[in-house]
Amino acid sequence: MNVKTEPLAINMGPLHPSTHGVFRMLAVLDGEVIVDLEPVFGYLHRGIEKLAEEKTYKQVIPLTDRLDYVSSMSNNLVYVLAVEKLAGIEVPERAQHIRVIMAELQRIASHLMAIGTWANDLGTFFTPFMYMFREREKIIDLFEMVSGQRLLYNYLRFGGLSHDLPDEFLPAVRKLLKVMPGYLNEYEELLKENEIVLARSMGIGVLPEELAINASASGPVLRGSGVKWDIRKVDPYSLYQHFDFDIPTGITGDSYDRYRVRLEEIRQSLHIIDQATQDLPAGEVKSKVPLNLRPPRGEAYSHIEAPRGELGCYVVSDGSTNPYRFHIRAPSLINLTCLKDMVMGLKIADAIVTFGSIDICMAEVDR
Amino acid sequence: MSRPNFGIPKGLLVTLKNIIRHPVTVQYPDERLVISRRARGTDIIWNKNTCIACRACERACPTKAISIDVSRGEDKKLKVDRFQIDFGTCIACGLCVESCPVEDALYMSYSYERAVYRREDLISSDDELLPGEGKQPSGYAHPEVEKTLTLQTLLLDKDREDSQ
Repeated sequence: MNVKTEPLAINMGPLHPSTHGVFRMLAVLDGEVIVDLEPVFGYLHRGIEKLAEEKTYKQVIPLTDRLDYVSSMSNNLVYVLAVEKLAGIEVPERAQHIRVIMAELQRIASHLMAIGTWANDLGTFFTPFMYMFREREKIIDLFEMVSGQRLLYNYLRFGGLSHDLPDEFLPAVRKLLKVMPGYLNEYEELLKENEIVLARSMGIGVLPEELAINASASGPVLRGSGVKWDIRKVDPYSLYQHFDFDIPTGITGDSYDRYRVRLEEIRQSLHIIDQATQDLPAGEVKSKVPLNLRPPRGEAYSHIEAPRGELGCYVVSDGSTNPYRFHIRAPSLINLTCLKDMVMGLKIADAIVTFGSIDICMAEVDR
Repeated sequence: MSRPNFGIPKGLLVTLKNIIRHPVTVQYPDERLVISRRARGTDIIWNKNTCIACRACERACPTKAISIDVSRGEDKKLKVDRFQIDFGTCIACGLCVESCPVEDALYMSYSYERAVYRREDLISSDDELLPGEGKQPSGYAHPEVEKTLTLQTLLLDKDREDSQ
């Protein structure tokens, strides 16, 4: 029987439990099939880029924490790298190593949350999520130990770090490296072959390789589509060229592939941390930087491989104590623009799965 | 799908294993974990006697939460008339404590409970910023204090009990 239906526009969000923040999907449905989708964002706009223009260079560091609050350390890093490039500040080797350890720990914490919430969106209600949060908590404990706070670390400074590592940090990291693979195997057993997970995510939300490149997607979204692109390899920063690691890639570019890429990246991150802690050089963690930093006139752009993709920071200096212009290239925003092409023709429930697999942070999208 | 359906029983085994695992949460107000020795707590502790009235903390504050009135005394030395912090706008970033040129004038606190009934109660000045009941200096930017505090409880240490 051919049932005649009329297109129905529904608003999912801005306060929908699966939107990971304040995000609205204006979906036009034919029955249960999505025929059009418009992402609406801007609900969390705080004007951070403008706000940064009236703060001194150092005062912007706590602001960058608040861009993507799930991975504050990466945001600190990209801003600090940009200003160091602008002012020509050297960073001691020990500080560089610690930055790598922090960035990779942050990647693990962020990916655990990404996989957990994605599994939640699939309908595996809170079981894997809680297991992953338990492990994320262990990493957050480490961040609290070094920086004094659990989420907004404000730990990196121009020319190094705010403080050296406490004595009890390295034994704790070694212990984490020892227990983590066991937990990762546990997640795999839980999700990898689960028939419901496979049925809900395989072939859902496919992002073709060509479109991923054209839309300048980055991070696990791009790598899930089979493109071997990682800023840590392509344009190494903070001594990443000295560490040995692989870039995991997917094949089809569906939601399941993106999950696989994230899980594999956690293993690679553990491998990097292992190398970085083994030959951690002694010495200073902070080079001499003037109290009131006035970088020379000019501009600088730095980019890093943040957990969500290529995070860029553009700083323009007019020679005063405040940045003249501060801009963030947010990977979440650019990955989110692929959403419409990924969900066209799918069921409305699959849109949630696809959206979860992009792993965005609305605070970073809206800034 | 043609594959044998063992995925769900396998997952159930994982949940079964986790049932007998130790709990990771604690019963909060009765049972408390020790926070980081460098904790950036919700209070700032100011020492009236050692402060040299240089206003470096006021300039370092990104949210302008600190306001200081300074005047010259009869011996031509700077002294602080009023030192006020609005904890409603303070983001506990710790930049003020880091910028302080004096060894023992400004500390982040080691406390984390600061709920009040009125917004005005969040504004503290002068003597209210002294250390007191439940307001202990933390080791943030003060390594000598850091050594005296108890070690932070880590969830990782609980992993001893199960054989991973």
